[in-house]
Amino acid sequence: MPTTVQTCETLSERLSAVVLKRPTKLGWFTCLAISFTGVLMLNVAISWLLLRGVGVWGINEPVAWGFAIVNFVWWIGIGHAGTFISAILLLLHQHWRTSINRFTEAMTLFAVACAALFPLLHLGRPWVFYFLLPYPDTMRLWPQWRSPLVWDVFAVSTYFTVSLVYWYIGLVPDLATMRDRATRRWIKVLYGIGALGWRGSAKHWARYEMAYLLLAGLATPLVLSVHSVVSLDFAVAVLPGWHSTIFPPYFVAGAIFSGFAMVLTLLIPFRKIYKLEDVISERHLDLASKVMLATGLMVALGYASEHWMAWYSDEPNEEFLALNRMLGPYWPVWWTTMTCNILVPQLLWWRRIRTSPLPLFIISLLVNVGMWAERYMIVVVSLHRDFLPSSWGKFHGTVWDWATFGGTIGLFFTLMFLFVRLLPMIPIAELRKQTVEEGKEV
Amino acid sequence: MPQLFQRYTNTLAPASIVAVFIALSAAVWGMHAIIFSPYATEVGQPVSQVVPFSHQHHVSGLGIDCRYCHTGVETSAFAGLPATETCMTCHSQIWRDAPMLEPVRQSWATGQPLHWNRVHNLPDYVYFDHSIHIQKGVGCISCHGHVDRMPLMAKSETLYMRWCLDCHKAPEVHLRPANEVFVMKETVPDEKRGAALLRAEEIDKTHLQDCSVCHR
Repeated sequence: MPTTVQTCETLSERLSAVVLKRPTKLGWFTCLAISFTGVLMLNVAISWLLLRGVGVWGINEPVAWGFAIVNFVWWIGIGHAGTFISAILLLLHQHWRTSINRFTEAMTLFAVACAALFPLLHLGRPWVFYFLLPYPDTMRLWPQWRSPLVWDVFAVSTYFTVSLVYWYIGLVPDLATMRDRATRRWIKVLYGIGALGWRGSAKHWARYEMAYLLLAGLATPLVLSVHSVVSLDFAVAVLPGWHSTIFPPYFVAGAIFSGFAMVLTLLIPFRKIYKLEDVISERHLDLASKVMLATGLMVALGYASEHWMAWYSDEPNEEFLALNRMLGPYWPVWWTTMTCNILVPQLLWWRRIRTSPLPLFIISLLVNVGMWAERYMIVVVSLHRDFLPSSWGKFHGTVWDWATFGGTIGLFFTLMFLFVRLLPMIPIAELRKQTVEEGKEV
Repeated sequence: MPQLFQRYTNTLAPASIVAVFIALSAAVWGMHAIIFSPYATEVGQPVSQVVPFSHQHHVSGLGIDCRYCHTGVETSAFAGLPATETCMTCHSQIWRDAPMLEPVRQSWATGQPLHWNRVHNLPDYVYFDHSIHIQKGVGCISCHGHVDRMPLMAKSETLYMRWCLDCHKAPEVHLRPANEVFVMKETVPDEKRGAALLRAEEIDKTHLQDCSVCHR
């Protein structure tokens, strides 16, 4: 734990001061302004899309799933680290998660929000999205339950709901701390409403702990199920490069891998700016890197088995796909994927790299790029050449593709900056508890 | 430190949860009520026409067969609307000076057809063919209701897809022998007769609900 001696009082004071007392600096405004420009760009891109249709995205036969699905899978994968850290690590009694779980849960929520935009917009007529839900309609139509796209709707909406509730329940005691420490009345009232009348009585705590544990139990299977369902969008189809039984575990590992990369990408600058190096210590970076290394190796195994199956199956289309990925028109995508997701993470075997922020930051950025390239490889490269050479084609993202993608990054960071400014990004109550418990042990 | 919130907030908080549920249920119920109301479906709402033609008078009063005017119903997709000449077969002899029939005489004189307003209008993406329904024994009344009791023509069914599919799922309930198709009497569901008609007309129910049956 922290190097300086922390008590409950100093912790509450320090962590709430980040929001309540720290003056809003020009740097924060600049960052928010830049991110918000992205949101405006997203607005323009979506408006154009709604006016002109999904054709502005450069998608057509044979590549009808372009950036939208690449970005969807990428964002939702990033979301997985939050749930993994907050739910699975809680159940496994990994106390180090406490310092970063709030932050990563927020990241999950915002990433899932960005992810959900893409399939909605990809519908072409997003205003009739409710056709995907089972409801008493005038058509007596029911969703096609055999389609993984319908499973997706349920998987993602459940995931978002559970993540939101889990995040909020965890926030309640901290909102009460904020309420008690704020000085201005209207701020007190706002935090007070959020705190739902929390007084910190033993009864409150007992119920809170039970609810939190139950929700962790609920969220845990979701870490595995959501990306498994996303992977089935592909695996259920017969296309070479999609039709593979390894997809669910391979996607889940990839999701946690990319999620931890994003966690590091965000945590490293934030802990420096807000001077939280003692709360989010080098130990946290070290452990997050280890998770990244482990899941990275699983992803590597996934790639290896895909290529091995291509050879072992002796199926000409599968063999062609493997070669086409390496040497076809999209060859840089495959090489980027392999470099960023397999080669670069091997640096994490060294403890010195695992604990030095700058190299770690660069590695995490590269992994983010690599994981995006991986999804591009799976979606676009598989689609562009399938069984019939007569239906081969090419796809390149248009300026609107990039604007939408960039726009969601802007949206993500806008939400992130607002979050760190308005809510305690480190769970105060949980750290207090930990300090007391660890104090006893010593 | 004074309390931030008054005592009543203790009631307000749980009440708001209940209120959200009530509001959501009310919204869903309201939507449903509107969508199935005559306001949205136009069921039972007479459509204004240049001549207030009464099916009641011509069908039950005079006993004219449907096919006398809707000539295409047995052989084509569109049942057809009568030419002005069809009206004039009688109205050149009777009610010759009725002011109500002035547009008909005008049309006859100028050769400009009468402009009737559609009552049953399916969307363009629906492929619908009258002839197959008539040939297989779906009575006029099954879809158009008691036309013989309508002084002014109005829809008697919603024409929602749900309604189409209800019959495509269990057509035997609405089938009748060929000689009863144009009779203005409700079908009395009869399991045995329905099954026999299905067999006789060689109707294969397994594909009646396929998308491509109606959306081609």
